[in-house]
Amino acid sequence: MKVSLNKKILSKNEECALQNRALFASHKTLCINVISSPGSGKTTLLSRTIRDLQGQVRIGVIEGDIRTDTDARKIRETGAPAVQIETQGACHLSAEQVTRALGSMATAELDVLFVENVGNLVCPSAFDLGEQARVVVLSLPEGDDKPIKYPGTFAKADVLLINKMDLKEHVDFDLERVIEHVRTLHKDIAIFQVSARTGLGMDAWYAWLKEKRAL
Amino acid sequence: MHEAMIAQSILEAIIQEAAERGLRPLRARISCGELNPINDEAVNFAFEIAARGTACEGMRLEVRHVPLRATCESCGHTFEFDIYSPACPGCGGADFKMNPDAPLLLEEIEFEDT
Repeated sequence: MKVSLNKKILSKNEECALQNRALFASHKTLCINVISSPGSGKTTLLSRTIRDLQGQVRIGVIEGDIRTDTDARKIRETGAPAVQIETQGACHLSAEQVTRALGSMATAELDVLFVENVGNLVCPSAFDLGEQARVVVLSLPEGDDKPIKYPGTFAKADVLLINKMDLKEHVDFDLERVIEHVRTLHKDIAIFQVSARTGLGMDAWYAWLKEKRAL
Repeated sequence: MHEAMIAQSILEAIIQEAAERGLRPLRARISCGELNPINDEAVNFAFEIAARGTACEGMRLEVRHVPLRATCESCGHTFEFDIYSPACPGCGGADFKMNPDAPLLLEEIEFEDT
């Protein structure tokens, strides 16, 4: 006997994500899920953002990595609070892990909470963490074929930060091609060309962040 | 391997449906969108392990992949969207809006006849 159900599978992850989102709303904290390949410069980008916005925007970071608290320690050097999640092999963060990490993070005292996901362009995109915005970082040395190879990740992002623009002269990276592909997947995505190392183009990203925070 | 987590959620949903009816589930069909694709082999592998010792032991999952659709802003035509050749088949236009990706659904369960 066949029974037709068409029931939405609201996974445990989605239930936790809803709770996280409600908590962020009640604390008026903007939560941003940051996704990229390993080595795109996420941590450097967040450290620079924290330093440049010191005194203007109160920022905290939840770091996700398979092993070590290297990134959380780097963030703490800026003076910002950071909590490290070690996933012990898991290739993405789950909403439940974020819920647990929130126990050690005073979100009510933050304007922006970044969740730096495990470096991976595949799995993190399938898991809602309860964030209000999703940022994908793509760096020039990774190559310009990433949006077409990992469409799900780019289609679901609100912002694309194209990082390591200071290396432009040294790598073959077709910027126009990337922007065209990404816009095909998501017409309204905000795209910023930056260098977290030199500070190039970061002001436009900060303006976006402040505007989003004010909404 | 995000399929492991998804397999657990599907298993719990099927166990609940089976318990409500007091019937033994044999097969189930799930569907997923193109932006959150599920690998058939990986989800079945994870499901098989998770289902051991439950009412779902030995079940097989069929995965239906629902294509992504877009609506052309120029002519209004809705079409199956191919990210590798993104153009409206109606007017050739390149200005379109993506429809929401299909959610993860438990579409159908086949139970043993009593």
